[in-house]
Amino acid sequence: MLLEGKKLLVTGVLMDSSIAFHVAKLAQEQGAEVVLSSFGRTMKITSTIAKRLPSPAPVIELDVTDQEHLDTLAARLGEHVDGLDGVLHSIGFAPQGAFSFLDASWEDVATAMQASAYSLKALAVAALPLMEEGGSLVGLTFDAKFAWPVYDWMGVAKAAFESTSRYLARDLGPKGIRCNLVSAGPIGTTAAKSIPGFEQLAGSWDDRAPLGWDRADPVPAARACAALLSDWFPATTGEIVHVDGGVHAMGQ
Amino acid sequence: MAQSEQEILAGLAEIVNEETGLETDSVQPDKSFTEDLDIDSLSMMTIVVNAEEKFGVRIPDDEVKNLSTVKDAVSFIHSAQG
Repeated sequence: MLLEGKKLLVTGVLMDSSIAFHVAKLAQEQGAEVVLSSFGRTMKITSTIAKRLPSPAPVIELDVTDQEHLDTLAARLGEHVDGLDGVLHSIGFAPQGAFSFLDASWEDVATAMQASAYSLKALAVAALPLMEEGGSLVGLTFDAKFAWPVYDWMGVAKAAFESTSRYLARDLGPKGIRCNLVSAGPIGTTAAKSIPGFEQLAGSWDDRAPLGWDRADPVPAARACAALLSDWFPATTGEIVHVDGGVHAMGQ
Repeated sequence: MAQSEQEILAGLAEIVNEETGLETDSVQPDKSFTEDLDIDSLSMMTIVVNAEEKFGVRIPDDEVKNLSTVKDAVSFIHSAQG
């Protein structure tokens, strides 16, 4: 099995439509032991949804913007697993104001940056004590090379996120830790639907994708995450794998 | 195993009470989740997920926005139990 014996922390499972839910499900089916994280009021939802996995997974609390949560992460994870081989970062947040480019305040932008970009570094450092034998960090981005309709400061935060991943690849490579991202096409998850004008963003993706694109199917992105968490990309780091039906490679 | 609408209402009221602390008696069929019961989107998601577990049905995301009153939710769950 692809992930036989791997111990993974999977953040970002909210509903069973979440990409992270499908990563956790695939990972378990491929032999991994999975711990989920959630925070605040979403803890209750994640805990219920965790029971829908092939094997019910423990849920620990982790707000990536709370330094105390980060400082105690390794100890709290250690109650469930004796080490970590991989972490899925599936976290992003921007206040509504950040989706209006010219009107956004620095407070809105700063919140988006901390929760959606800096959080990758924060999570990596917090997990480091459990990854002494190396491992794999995987995050989810939305192609930040372009200006998209409505995505606005979340797009800028994703550009910072992609850069953060490259710097983590530089600094964690010597420890045997890889850091890669999956750049997925639009998927109709709870998070995506909370973006005002998601329909406009998702727009004509299916028409532009040489392979076609089903926004209701999170499995292709989840499979790529599982592959990057596995030992099958041992010399790949700082990379962004596009799982978008091929849209990124096309001209208009 | 289909339940009566009365049983579903009682079960749903318990879920709403657990999430919000509202008295079960206040969860009446004609009440709007947002306007009368002051339930926000995150609480609504929690209620939906718990209702799925309790009643053994699936309530798709796209359906949730159609469930504006308690009666809407009870009817949907009742027909989904079929």
